[in-house]
Amino acid sequence: MARTLIQVPPTAKRGEVVEVRTLIAHTMETGYRAGADGRTLPRDIIRRFTCRFNGEVVFSADLHPAIAANPYIAFPLRATVSGKLTFTWEGDNGLSQTESATLTVT
Amino acid sequence: MTNPVAPSALSRTISRRSLLLAGGALAFSVRPAHAMADELVAAMRGFTGGAATREGRVKLDIEPLVENGNAVPITVTVDSPMTADNHVRAIAVFNQKNPQHDVIVATLSPALAQARLATRIRLATTQQLVAVARLSDGSYWTHSVDVIVTLAACLE
Repeated sequence: MARTLIQVPPTAKRGEVVEVRTLIAHTMETGYRAGADGRTLPRDIIRRFTCRFNGEVVFSADLHPAIAANPYIAFPLRATVSGKLTFTWEGDNGLSQTESATLTVT
Repeated sequence: MTNPVAPSALSRTISRRSLLLAGGALAFSVRPAHAMADELVAAMRGFTGGAATREGRVKLDIEPLVENGNAVPITVTVDSPMTADNHVRAIAVFNQKNPQHDVIVATLSPALAQARLATRIRLATTQQLVAVARLSDGSYWTHSVDVIVTLAACLE
């Protein structure tokens, strides 16, 4: 399991804009670099990131090798109701990881 | 009384000045400020499906001088109210000179407060980048930026 960092404010006022910031520890090997033995290292990247709020997809992204190592993705979300945010990263070599955070609207 | 500037010297200064002006005009005519590279136009076609694009409404925020191409912060902001009937459906970023021209294609929803996306990307060399936004009314808006990269991302 790769380490992830998710920053969502635990509480927010109704209608407030909260910044959702995510990061996952991953090399994002491009498939163009040579290793120590001179052979090209096989590609190993995260291809897809999805953020769901109470089960509904609110943000998703297709990532390519041009995304830096340890992909950081941030976007603003409007806090309307309390709920659960789930984040899914899917990638090469069968990688699939899901993390979650809760947002309480007061 | 003799003329302090001899006719021959005068003509020489004028010709040098006119030459400089001509050179400046040439430099501008060779590279207009917002000409988009052919690679970017081709890469964008895959996203837009050949639809017309217009400049504006999108802002691709990136340092013009990148010291380290391995992790370059970018922010794409689109001017949109993000309501159910008027929002940004997708934002894509393309590069000109990396081995692959795609960078990221994000799908947005009206649940987002603003059409904004921040991430960190790799840049292989000094090149041009473009951000494209697909709006809910089917229109496409772009913003292209030239960046200078002093230390390239290791892509070889």
